[in-house]
Amino acid sequence: MIKLQDTTHLLRMAAVFAIGLVLFLVFRSVFIPKSFGRYGHFRGAALAEAAAKPIHYAGHQTCEECHPDEAASKAKGVHAHVNCEACHGPLASHATDPSSLTPQLPDVAHLCVRCHAENIAKPQGFPQVNAAEHSGGQLCDTCHQPHSPAVAEGARK
Amino acid sequence: MMLSRRQLLVLLPAAATAWEFVLAGTPEAAPNYNSTDHWWGMLLDITKCIGCGNCVRACALENDVPEGYLRTWIERYHVDDFHIENPEVDSPEGGKEGFPSGKFAGGKNFFVPKLCNHCVDSPCTQVCPVGATFHTPDGVVLVDQDYCVGCRYCVQACPYGCRYFHPTKHVADKCTLCYHRITRGLTTACCENCPTGARQLADFKNPSDPIHAFLKTHSVQVLKPHLATGAKNFYFGLDGSVR
Repeated sequence: MIKLQDTTHLLRMAAVFAIGLVLFLVFRSVFIPKSFGRYGHFRGAALAEAAAKPIHYAGHQTCEECHPDEAASKAKGVHAHVNCEACHGPLASHATDPSSLTPQLPDVAHLCVRCHAENIAKPQGFPQVNAAEHSGGQLCDTCHQPHSPAVAEGARK
Repeated sequence: MMLSRRQLLVLLPAAATAWEFVLAGTPEAAPNYNSTDHWWGMLLDITKCIGCGNCVRACALENDVPEGYLRTWIERYHVDDFHIENPEVDSPEGGKEGFPSGKFAGGKNFFVPKLCNHCVDSPCTQVCPVGATFHTPDGVVLVDQDYCVGCRYCVQACPYGCRYFHPTKHVADKCTLCYHRITRGLTTACCENCPTGARQLADFKNPSDPIHAFLKTHSVQVLKPHLATGAKNFYFGLDGSVR
């Protein structure tokens, strides 16, 4: 039989360890976010937070719901794969509430040359022009309708 | 109740496993989007990129990217026949307002759009000391800006230069692959606004995604394959001189 006085130093040590463990668990529960480790070594709630951010570009499917005529004329031309907001800008707020924001027509003088200005690094088959030589200063939409930009043979000067 | 040593040894791992579940809590209910059903990457077609800068502008507007910083950018390469190893590269403001028309004589000229590769074995995630940058179950590398301590280690670790230190939030910032858009069934802002389809978001877990048909018939390449980062941006028509 072991006498109690022989074990007091062990009990004291055990008490210190126990307090340490309790403190560790308390600090751990305070400092580690609840969702930490749900999917891996990170705060799981961060996923939902990243997904909850507001969008600015509504996406062409949304535009086409209310503007089927524009979508149809665009689908026939060479700009079929150019999405609406690529030229018209971010319009998610207009899509949610059309009265909140009236989209402005794009500035043709700067818009078209962004893609179509001559540049040797562009793919060979891509239509490129030197705007000054091509139109002599006239705006692009004088001849080209941006949604379906091909110029009819008869209309060519 | 008395337990034999054998019974205790059986019960301990079972109890440990049960405790793991208690610690993890119940998973969050995501009504429309199940992150384990997707695996995101991107296809970038060099032969279609015209360097218009639409992607760079759209990204900045969609994600409130601070002025002077870029989450995606375009580089223009000029590769001379005699300097294949040392191409001339320019990227004025990341190509945000396009590229000046200046002509190079001879050689090869092309644009390379770049953004975070959302690597499977990403160096940036490995070095984060606090678990503030991580892989989502659907293969996107994100930064938890509430948890980031701003040590900038990840900015240095990214071999593609895709991270920056946010000047006002004082935390690491990067491309999120428009996580707020792809979880709503939309494509990323850069892909939505690319006029030539040079960028296409790809979901590798979706069997009807056009990426699968494309990969069957085309040779693609990732950037810096020798680093074995598991980059998920696949480039078609990539020249060997691209770094």
